[in-house]
Amino acid sequence: MERSMAFESDLNLKATELRLGLPGSDEPEKPSTTPSVRSNKRASPEISEESRSKGSSCVSSKVESGERDSAPPAKEQVVGWPPIRSYRKNCLRAKKNDQVDGAGMYVKVSVDGAPYLRKIDLKVYKSYPELLETLENMFKLTIGEYSEKEGYNGSDFAPTYEDKDGDWMLVGDVPWDMFISSCKRLRIMKGSEARGLSC
Amino acid sequence: MLRKASSFPEEMLEHVLSFITSDKDRNAVSLVCKSWYEIERWCRKRIFVGNCYAVRPEMVIRRFPELRSVELKGKPHFADFDLVPDGWGGCVYPWIAALATAYPLLEEIKLKRMVVSDESLEVIAKSFKNFKVLVLSSCEGFSTDGLAAVAANCRNLRGLDLRESEVDDPSGQWLSRFPDSFTSLASLNISCLGAEVSFSALERLVGRCPDLKTLRLNHAVPLDKLANLLRGAPQLVELGTGAYSAELQPDVFSNLAGAFSGCKELRSLSGFWNVFPGYLPAVYPVCSGLTSLNLRDANIQGADLIKLVSQCRSLQRLWVLDHIEDIGLEALAACCKDLTELRVFPSDPYGAEPNVSLTERGLVSVSEGCPKLQSVLYFCRQMTNAALVTIAKNSPRMTCFRLCIIEPRAPDYQTLQPLDLGFGAIVENYKDLRRLSLSGLLTDRVFEYIGTYAKKLEMLSVAFAGDSDLGLHHVLSGCEKLCKLEIRDCPFGDNALLANAAKLETMRSLWMSSCSVSFRACKLLGQKMPRLNVEVIDERGPPDLRPENCPVEKLYIYRTIAGPRFDMPGFVWTMDGDSV
Repeated sequence: MERSMAFESDLNLKATELRLGLPGSDEPEKPSTTPSVRSNKRASPEISEESRSKGSSCVSSKVESGERDSAPPAKEQVVGWPPIRSYRKNCLRAKKNDQVDGAGMYVKVSVDGAPYLRKIDLKVYKSYPELLETLENMFKLTIGEYSEKEGYNGSDFAPTYEDKDGDWMLVGDVPWDMFISSCKRLRIMKGSEARGLSC
Repeated sequence: MLRKASSFPEEMLEHVLSFITSDKDRNAVSLVCKSWYEIERWCRKRIFVGNCYAVRPEMVIRRFPELRSVELKGKPHFADFDLVPDGWGGCVYPWIAALATAYPLLEEIKLKRMVVSDESLEVIAKSFKNFKVLVLSSCEGFSTDGLAAVAANCRNLRGLDLRESEVDDPSGQWLSRFPDSFTSLASLNISCLGAEVSFSALERLVGRCPDLKTLRLNHAVPLDKLANLLRGAPQLVELGTGAYSAELQPDVFSNLAGAFSGCKELRSLSGFWNVFPGYLPAVYPVCSGLTSLNLRDANIQGADLIKLVSQCRSLQRLWVLDHIEDIGLEALAACCKDLTELRVFPSDPYGAEPNVSLTERGLVSVSEGCPKLQSVLYFCRQMTNAALVTIAKNSPRMTCFRLCIIEPRAPDYQTLQPLDLGFGAIVENYKDLRRLSLSGLLTDRVFEYIGTYAKKLEMLSVAFAGDSDLGLHHVLSGCEKLCKLEIRDCPFGDNALLANAAKLETMRSLWMSSCSVSFRACKLLGQKMPRLNVEVIDERGPPDLRPENCPVEKLYIYRTIAGPRFDMPGFVWTMDGDSV
């Protein structure tokens, strides 16, 4: 079965002319894995030249790096293969949200009046003073010391967090471990709202 | 003497057109003559835009002033598999802003693979007084704040479907924002949400919406609460359970079984995360009526699967993990003679060795036992040409065939030959095949078969296949109805692409990644074809810093009347006349 191809003359394809052989004429069967790029047997000599030279001059693309000609390929994971929806992996991770696994616990931190939020890894800290010091440095503000009765009395800023039930709590009221496992995000309140908490 | 079209009363034509709802038919009507074009555009109520960058919202608004329903798709399909870098595009906000001004009476918005911000959701919530249905399929970029706005403001909402979307920082309180007076909900799908929703709010919502037919919960809804929900909504037709495990307690079990028995209309079940098999018999009362069963997330062993599936004699659609094994598929083939759709997913996709006994034999059994089979998605680790030929002959009604042999370039394991002949038989026998995904060891010959026989093929997915440009050329020149072509890791390059440039304008889009298309060819194509957007996606940096004959990382070409887009991130370049 021969096929004819119509070239659009204005595409100026002389340099890249595709020539056809009879289908199935010179294609040997390949029982083992074939490299994903081979020089095009049916192409013009110029193209073969190009494809040989591009192997050396280009930054290796995924295609080039897919070539393995000698040893059997190491089992490296190919991006997006097999074609499974990636969000499912995230779903499964979300199920373990009660466990604090080794991957870090990033929460968003907002400060009233600041134009954008930051994210910090709560697992890095071992105690409230460490966390508060970091927040003070990050946002260039003073939060002060916590006391059970008076919160952060006198400070213009009050660190609060949203817990698993969706309620906003003052940072410091519960033991550190309980805080870590229930904190969803942090908000540093400012001004009169903050001072109201401290009274 | 024939009446002229213009003497046919407009109202009459409008009335006739009100019965014509399919997009293709509507498009055909609009091409008959100018007056039909005019009448049609004034009474078109629904529009489907398969590629949000193919047209600008103003153009849609100008042509169709009376829309009530808009459906848009954004990112290319391979975005599902992490092949489209974050930030590529597909932001819906410009559309939402334009729709908000133009269509105050808009009722439905359906989005797929788009980036939806909370701001967009807020605009939707506040702009459309009669808003009824929101479907966000595989979308991302929004949080429960946006959902809260929808809940609080859309008084007539009938459907909220978040299928497979990624929702940021979920907190469960948004559900409480539905006012107590809100009772119109008919469909709710929150299965993708990671965190708990407020159960009491959910229970009250379900209890006060008498039209609720579809309820898909997320994994965080515990099993012991499910019975309460079911008793509050015995009219449910489609249910997605939450986590399906708890300590086996007789009263919880009998409560649940009783609740299921009360749901006489139930036709579709899904969910089943974390299944404790002892609770599966609780659904047996509804099995005989089920037409759709989605166990894609149910990590249960073959024996339990077989017991469950054997009860579902009316089943038409089954999604299941490969725990079902060949033996389970044999049982399926024996019981479920009405089966039209089967999807078998891998339980251990990245494992080097097979963990279950699921082979080509399972699919052969189903094709033999289920004559109505139309749609298949099958992940397995071995295949033969002989099996494919058998499957091809057994299922004449097949319209969608997707086979994924997990190891790239795996040959026929018995003969060590490529699978060209097997897939050749597939396309030759499946006369109505519209969608095909290939895998395994394949040469250019399979593409010759596809170009010769797959005349109704609309979507083709290719990976690690072919030998040369000839393969791509066969497909582009032979498949007359081709609409979407997506290719990764194949040795296809400039020649076939340039020689078939005109074909690309008849298709929605072409995706090629890790192939051999040079930057020069991309520029040439972009220059010569003004109605195509030729987008080069390359995270290595600007393509003009490398030799012109260097292959680009990824290429996405789509037809458009909107011209090049202006929201591209730094790693995407549009090839147009100026860039050459």
